[in-house]
Order: sequence, then structure tokens, then C-alpha cells
Amino acid sequence: MLEYVWLIPLFPLLGAVFNGLLGKKIKNEAVIGGIATLMIFCSFLVSCGILMQLIGLPAEERVFEKVVFPWIHSGNFKADMAFLVDPLSAIMIMVVTGVGSLIHLYSIGYMHGEEGFYRYFSYLNLFAMSMLLLVLGGNMLVMFIGWEGVGLCSYLLIGYYFHKKSAGDAAKKAFVMNRVGDFGFLIGLFTLYWWLGSNHNVWTINFTEIKAASSLLPYGGVVTIATLCFFVGATGKSAQIPLYTWLPDAMEGPTPVSALIHAATMVTAGVYMIGRMSFVFVKAPDTMMVIAIVGAATAIFAATIGTAQNDIKRVLAYSTVSQLGFMFLAMGVGAFTAGVFHLMTHAFFKACLFLGSGSVIHAMHHALHHAHSHDDPQDMRNMGGLRKAMPITFITFLVSTIAIAGIPGFSGFFSKDEILWQAFANPFHGGLNIFLWGTGAIAACFTAFYMFRLVFMTFFGECRITAKSKDHLHESPLVITIPLMVLGFLAVFGGYVGMPKLLGMLPNYFEHWLEPVFATAQGYAQTYVHAGAHHSHALEWGLMGLSVVIAVIGIAIAYILYIASPSIPARFTATFPALHRAVYNKWYIDELYDFLFINPCKALGSFLWKGFDVLVIDGIVDGVAKVVMGLSGMLKNLQSGYVHNYALSMALGVVVIIAFYIFR
Amino acid sequence: MVNGYPLLTILVFLPLAGALFLIPVWKRPEWLRRLALGAGVVELALAGWLTVRWQAFQQAPGAPAGFLLWEDLPWIEGFGIRYTVGMDGISLLMVILTAFITVIALAVSWRGIRERVALHYLLILVMESGIMGVFLSLDLILFYLFWEVMLVPMFLLIGIWGHGRRIYSAVKFFLYTMFGSLLMLLAIIGVYLVHGSETGSYTFALPALVNTRIAPDLAGWLFAAFLLAFAIKVPLFPLHTWLPDAHTDAPTAGSVLLAGLLLKTGAYGIIRFGYPLFPQAAASFAPLLTVLAVVGIIYGSWVAYAQTDMKRLVAYSSVGHMGFVALGIAAWTPVSLSGSVLQMVNHGVTTGALFALVGMLDERAETREIAAFGGLWGKIPLFSAFFLLFSMASAGLPGLNNFAGEFIILAGSFRVSPLAVVLAFIGIILPLVYTVRLVQQLLFVTERQPLALADISLREGGVLAVLALAAIYLGVHPAPVLDLLKVPVGLLTGTP
Repeated sequence: MLEYVWLIPLFPLLGAVFNGLLGKKIKNEAVIGGIATLMIFCSFLVSCGILMQLIGLPAEERVFEKVVFPWIHSGNFKADMAFLVDPLSAIMIMVVTGVGSLIHLYSIGYMHGEEGFYRYFSYLNLFAMSMLLLVLGGNMLVMFIGWEGVGLCSYLLIGYYFHKKSAGDAAKKAFVMNRVGDFGFLIGLFTLYWWLGSNHNVWTINFTEIKAASSLLPYGGVVTIATLCFFVGATGKSAQIPLYTWLPDAMEGPTPVSALIHAATMVTAGVYMIGRMSFVFVKAPDTMMVIAIVGAATAIFAATIGTAQNDIKRVLAYSTVSQLGFMFLAMGVGAFTAGVFHLMTHAFFKACLFLGSGSVIHAMHHALHHAHSHDDPQDMRNMGGLRKAMPITFITFLVSTIAIAGIPGFSGFFSKDEILWQAFANPFHGGLNIFLWGTGAIAACFTAFYMFRLVFMTFFGECRITAKSKDHLHESPLVITIPLMVLGFLAVFGGYVGMPKLLGMLPNYFEHWLEPVFATAQGYAQTYVHAGAHHSHALEWGLMGLSVVIAVIGIAIAYILYIASPSIPARFTATFPALHRAVYNKWYIDELYDFLFINPCKALGSFLWKGFDVLVIDGIVDGVAKVVMGLSGMLKNLQSGYVHNYALSMALGVVVIIAFYIFR
Repeated sequence: MVNGYPLLTILVFLPLAGALFLIPVWKRPEWLRRLALGAGVVELALAGWLTVRWQAFQQAPGAPAGFLLWEDLPWIEGFGIRYTVGMDGISLLMVILTAFITVIALAVSWRGIRERVALHYLLILVMESGIMGVFLSLDLILFYLFWEVMLVPMFLLIGIWGHGRRIYSAVKFFLYTMFGSLLMLLAIIGVYLVHGSETGSYTFALPALVNTRIAPDLAGWLFAAFLLAFAIKVPLFPLHTWLPDAHTDAPTAGSVLLAGLLLKTGAYGIIRFGYPLFPQAAASFAPLLTVLAVVGIIYGSWVAYAQTDMKRLVAYSSVGHMGFVALGIAAWTPVSLSGSVLQMVNHGVTTGALFALVGMLDERAETREIAAFGGLWGKIPLFSAFFLLFSMASAGLPGLNNFAGEFIILAGSFRVSPLAVVLAFIGIILPLVYTVRLVQQLLFVTERQPLALADISLREGGVLAVLALAAIYLGVHPAPVLDLLKVPVGLLTGTP
């Protein structure tokens, strides 16, 4: 099966080409959606086969490279179209194809009747292909094809409703911000490639070869520069401070897209990339610290914004930014396994939450449409009490919310608690650890709060739409609810593969599985010995208990504010209008970026053109030309405008010149 | 010569012969078009056959290393002028690009050109002969001759079939290039005299002249003259201002040929003549070339962002893209130079396609103002899909052609001038900025003016599909092209 790894990205590529070329003619939604879903499902089956085969191998042999064909070979630069299968990429392909299949299936129902149905599925398949290239790439350049490819597909899908200006703007913003990050990725790539090559004659961008040569890399220095550049790339793709503002806007795309691209897969690419190159990152303690701080800061910053949004998808978008911050916090404290674990559980519960919100929006849209109401179907202030009309959506949404809030027994708890514990106990950052843990814990409290605020506003209380609309509210069809149920199941039980050792009920399969991938990095980490690297079990138990208490506090506040005494939030905003406005307006970061970067760039472009090109350069050239023309009658005639004059003088000129030099 | 057939001579003069065949059917546009296209296709077939057979050719006897095809005849012996044409991997690539882009240019003028059809096609074929000659000549006077032959048809194309301020643009184009080529002519004579006085044998043959020892000061001046002539053609900042005008006012075929081929002759000239003739002078000019290249990359892209006319936008984007080519040449490493040559091909395909697309839109709506369009996705989806593809190729999306070229250039130049490369990376961000802006305003949103637009015809679709296949092929599998370049680039940079 391993030999056939190239089939995994090929299937969705075929689907994309098929629907892209023929979809418009076919028109039959079942065929278009069916083929797209079938293709990604075939990839899922191949991925399952590969996973099974890997499990069958001894742990140290679970690395397989497949060169499909040579790509760019020039001098000592060599990049093949090569795939790398190891425990890490195996998890990623399972998540991408598994969650991807469910979301493809869901989309058949959700996109029903859309004008660009074929276009949507072609893009979605193309996205799957790019994402699979990204996670399977055996060298940085193949990863980069995927890296940019997912950016393109994200652009196309955010701009799916292209006639809406806001959608086009959001798509543009996402693409450009991603590109700013890619700038970092490429510089990092070059720095590493050039340093290893010129100092040790190891000219490679291949992951396994870099891993083998990683002992040659120094601690800090050039590695810090390279990893910081890579991290810039990660902040763009994974929406971290300062490049996060595109993700909330990306909610302009269809909701399944938000679930697949902007929650479960693409935005986790930065986390995956750090995991893939853990053996490089771990050698740059300063970078690790930057990653941890940016991760923690993003986690809490986005969580605060999430508390004041009224659009259901925007809350989830900020939640995603915040959860990605947790993953980066994990990477920054060297807890690579915990980061990847949270990536996986987050893919389950956040995909379920987005798809659930899609189901809600779908129902709301339907109901409002029938009642000829122009209320916003995504605004939670129009919802309420939906649990009765939509029981399956409600249950799955609720368990996923519990999972993200970090209540024991649900998947999110295991991964988030592991991250917080590692933030506290890691050997890298010394005195900073307590702040990292504290920030993470407060962010977790905010998470529990805004997520339950969302659940209470949407599913509990009184329905706030008109009675006429209310009659049209109903549960979504099976094609939508089946993916919800599968993801809801995973949101609950997906965490049991990675139970903390402390609880001791099940072995931590997840950690064992990834051990060979991160062994090299863990080896280098041995050199960092800060005080506090060894902690007692009692402390670990204590912190675990504390994080549960924190989550419960967040839920309790949400309950008080939105169920028990719903007048408080209004009074709060009335008392602190400035604070509420700032949070509601996302701390005015977009406006700041416009002022600092976008407007000056636009102005400079116009200035260079009209001011420099036309005025200065052409002014000089035209000036010279005028002087020459003034002196020369022949040139004056040239300006007569009669074409045959030009032809004649040109021909004569050429003949004279040639004749002169030949026969002089 | 292969089996006694002067293949290179045929390659150079076949289009000219085709042009002569147009004369009998001067008044029959349908015949003219088919005949001209036929000549272009035969030329392309010959170039393609050479490419397929290339590995089977042996080093030509008497030719400099790397030249597998070589034809050398005495011409004007009194002055040491010979008819010398030769082909190595670099020339081969340029020849196939020339044949390919010419066919595209012939095909895109099908509907747009209604007046003086015969002259239009005749000029394109004459220009093809000139460009072939430029890419194959190894005698400096012969090269100069072809260099001039190539200019005249372009001047007339802009002047006769152009739009807007076409006379201004044509004269500007002419003055700029004429100024450069006259300086080059002086430099050619300079090298000739130095070599002659030193060795006693007066010759214009490039292989003999490359070994001339020239006093550093004089070499600097002579190289500067060559560089100026070629830099105007590339064009290098700040010698680029003829380009936006010429492109904007040229007919579609003119723009395609200008971007696809004429700009390449400048870069080719630096690679084939400038550096080999004056290696030391070139090395001392390298920092200047690097700076101008990087400024061009950033400047061109930034100004492109401010454009409101599509054609002018694509023209400025060319300034940026050709800056990458210049950067790779300045670094003069095997990797960067391969990247530059590959990028010359890539740029020809991508920008040629973009000009063709803009031309199609112009033919339909009779405007090139970006603000006049909108919502094309909904109206002409096939056109939009092609437009998106080539825009993304131009913005350097990996897996498409421009990325491969630009990446290799940067990889090869990073060792020589890391700072320049880091700055050039801005040139990777900016094209995306203006590209997505263009795509959004053209394809997205809703239409701003009610324009009756038909989607692309079968002929147009065929042209674009061929270009698209080339863009994808060069992006996914540039290996054969890079293989062709290995030997000549190794010989040029002295690292075989």
C-alpha cells in the first residue's frame, strides 16, 4: 500500500479536473457531488490502508519515502516530487481525508441548488489535493506547492459568492496575508539550505536528509533566523498574531468551507510544519519562546474578541484562531505530541461545530426566507430555542462545545490539559512558564464562556424569530446530520487514544505512535535543563483539577449572563461602552493595518507611476528627444504621422548603415 | 550541418521565404492568414524536430564546445565578417520559444487585424527570421544585422496597427532601441579593432573574440555599451519607460511578440555576448546589475499595482518579471543562470498568454480599462478560468511555470547576494497583490457596464489551451529544459 501513496493526492486531483471541465455540462448535482465525494473517500481508503500497514511495521521502520518523478534539478539544487509517509503524515492524511470526506458529503446537502455547484466541488477537490500534497511532501518545496495551493483554493472558495464585494475582499485579504507569510517560509528554506550546503556540503531541502544532518546545526544563531522565518510563514497560514485578521473575514465563504479549510485542515498547516521540522525548531530556544508567546497571546486575544461577536460563524472563527494559539503554545514549549493531538481533536470538534452552525444557518435561512423576512440568518440575536426544532444538530453541537470547553471525558479536555501542563512543566522557558500557563488557563476560561454563550443564545431560551418563520424551522436532512453525528462521536471519543499517563486508564497510544517522529527533537531538548523540569504527580493532579474548575467557571458565567439573568450583558455594555465597542470592533486591528500598510502602499504605487515614471524618467527622455528633434529636420519629418515615411526612412537607414560598414 | 542540410540556415530564412509566398495572395485575407500560419507551423515543427533529436546530435566539428549545430561560411572576407550560425542548448530553447510564440501571435491576430492584413502577416514573419537570426548568430556583425532587422517590423506593427498614441509609442520604442544598438555597434567595432591589433587577425567571430585581452578601462566602456543596448531591451530599470507605452499601444500580436520574444533578445545578448566577451568587466558591473534588477522587481510590481489599464498593468508586471531574469544573470552561477533562461521561456508563455487574453477582451469590449469590467466569472466562465490560470502563473504559484524559474534564480543567487534575494522576495508578494486585485475587479463582483461579451471561440480556446498546457508542463516538469541547459550553462560559468 505504501507504494501507492501518490494515489492519495491524485484521486481528488482527478475529481477536480473532471468537475472543472465537465461539471457545467453535467448539471446533475448527484453526479457532481457524488464523484467529488467518492474521490476523496478513495483517498481515505488508501490512507486507511497505509495506516494499517504502518501499524504493522516495527516503530523504527515507519518511515517511507516515494519519489514519483524528478521535479527541479539544477546544479546542486535538487527537489523531487517526493512523498514522505511517517506516523505524523499518516495522522494528517487520516484527518484530511476522513474529515474531508464527511464535509464533502455534507456539502452535497448544504450546497443544493447553488448555481456554481460544480465549481464548488471542483475547488473543494483541488483543495483536498493541495492539502494532501502539503502533508505528504517529502521536501520543503513539495510542501510549498501544497502550502500555496491551499492558499489559492481558500481564495477561490472564500470568493465563491464572487458577486458579493465583501466575499471578494475577504478572499483577497486571505490570499495576500498568506503570501506575506510565505515570504517567510521561502527565506527560511533558503537560509537552511544555504547554511547546511555551504558549511557542511549538505545541499538538501529533503526532510529526512535535513533530519539526518540536523546534528550539524548549531543551537541558536542561523537556526534562530531560519526558524523565525518559517514561523512567519506559519503565522500567515495558521492565522496567528499579527497575520490573523484574514480568518474571521474568511467566513464569507460557504460554511462547509469554513469547517474544512478554516478550522480542520488548512489553518493547522503551520502547526504541522513546525512538527515536521521539530528537530530544527528545537535547536532555536529563542524561536521556541517567540512561538510560545505568540501562541499564548493569540489564544487569549482572539478569545476576548469571541466574547462580543453576534455572528455565529464569527464566534467560531475567533475560537479557531484562539485554539490554534493553543496549538502553537504547545509547539513553543516543545510539547509537539500534545500540539498535534490538539490539532486532531480540534479538527473533530471544530468541524462539528462549524457544520452544526451551517445546519442552523441553513434552517434559519429557510425559515426566514419562507416568512419573507430579511433578518440575518447568521445573527445569534435572531436565534434562540432551536434545540427543540433541531435535536440532532443540538446534541452534536453541545457535545462538541463541551469538548472545546475542556470538560473531562471529552476529547478536547485531554489535549488541552496536556498543553497547559506542558506549558507549566516544560524545560525550555524557565520563569516564563507560569505566565504561559496562566495565559492559557484564562484563555480556556474565556473559551468555555463564549462557547456556552453561543450555545445558550442559539439553542436555549425563547425563539426570537417571528412565529411565522418559526413554523418553517426544521431539522436538516440526513446528508447533513450524518456527518454531524460522526464528528460528534469523534469529538467525544477521539481523545481516548491519547489519555494522559497520569490517569493511567489506557496507555497513551498517541504519544507512542508519534515518539519516533519527535525522538530527535526530544534528544536535542535534553540540553535545556531549567529548574522545574521535574514536577510531582500531586502538582499535575492539582493543575488538572484547576483547569476543570476554570472551565466550569466559564460555563457558569455564561449561564448566569445568558440564561439566569439575561439583563446583565446589556447593563455591562451600557456601563463600559468604550470597552464593548473596542472588543466588538475587534480592537480596531483592521483599521490599524489599513492605516499603517495598505493605504501607504497604494499611495506609493500611484506616486511611483505618475510621479517617477511619467514625470522624471519620461520627462528626461522626452526632453532629450525634443532637443534632438529641434536640431534635426529628419526627425521632425518622422513625426509627420505618415506610415510610409517611417517605412521608407527605416529601410533607407538600415541600408545606409549596412552599406557603410561593408563597403567603406 | 546535419547530413549536409544547413538546418540552421533553413530555420532562419524559412519564415522570410514564407513571407515572400504571401505576396501573390496580397488581397486575399483568408489565404494570407492560413498561409502565414502554415509557415509558422512548419517552422515550429522544424524547431520541435530539432528538440526531439537534440540528444542524438554530436558536437559539431570546428564549433566551440557545447554547439551541436554549426554552420560557418566566409562572407565579406576583407573585413573578417563571416556567416556563422550555431546552436547550443540555450539557443535551442530560444528558437523553440520563438517558433512557438510566433505561431501564437499569428493565431491571435486572426480577427483583430482587418486592414493591411498582408503587410501585418508579412512583418511578423520577417520579424521571426530576424529573431531566429539573433538567437543563432555567432558573428558579431551578423548578430547586429539581425538585431536591426528585428526592430523594423515591430516599429511598423506599433505604428500602423496600434491604438492610442501609437506614433509616440512607436517612435519612443525606436529611439530607445536605436540609441542602444548604435552604441553596441561602436563597441563591436571596438572589440574588433582591439583583437585585430593584438593578434593581427581581424575577425568578428565570437569564439575568437572571447579570448581577447582588453585593458580593464576600455573593457569597462565596451561592456557598458553592450549592457546598455541589452538592458534597454530587457528592460532594466530605469530604461524601461518605452515598454509600457509600446505594449499598451501595440496590437495584440505586437504585444505578444514584444513580451514573448523581443525582451528575451536583450537577456540573451547579455548571456551570449556581454559576459563571455568581457568577463572581468562583467564581474565588476555585477553589483550594479543586481541592484537595478532588484529595484526593477519591486518597482515594476509596485507601479503595476497602480495601473488602471490592463495592458499597461501586464507591461509593468513584465518589468518586474524580467528583473528576476536579470538578477539570475548578475549572480552568474550555474543554478541562477539556468533559472534565468528557464524564466525567459516561462515569461514568454505566461505574459504572452496574458496579452492574448487582454487582447481578446479588448476586441470584444473595445476598452482595456479595468474599471469597465466586472463579474466576468458569471458571463464568460471559460475566459475567466484561463485568465485566472495565467494570472496565478504570473503571480508565481508553485506547480505553474513562473514559480520554477523564479525559485531557481533565487536559489542560485542566494549564495552570491543574500540581501538582494531577500528583497527580491518582496517581488514574490507584490505580483500576487496586483494580480488578485485585477482578478477581483475583472472576474468578481457584478458588472459595472452592460457589455455584450461572447465567451472565447474555438480558435481562441485552442491558442489558450496550448499556452496553458505549456505553463503547466513547465511548472510540473521543467526537468527536460534544465537538462538542455546543463552543458551550455556549465561552459558559460566555467563550472562544467
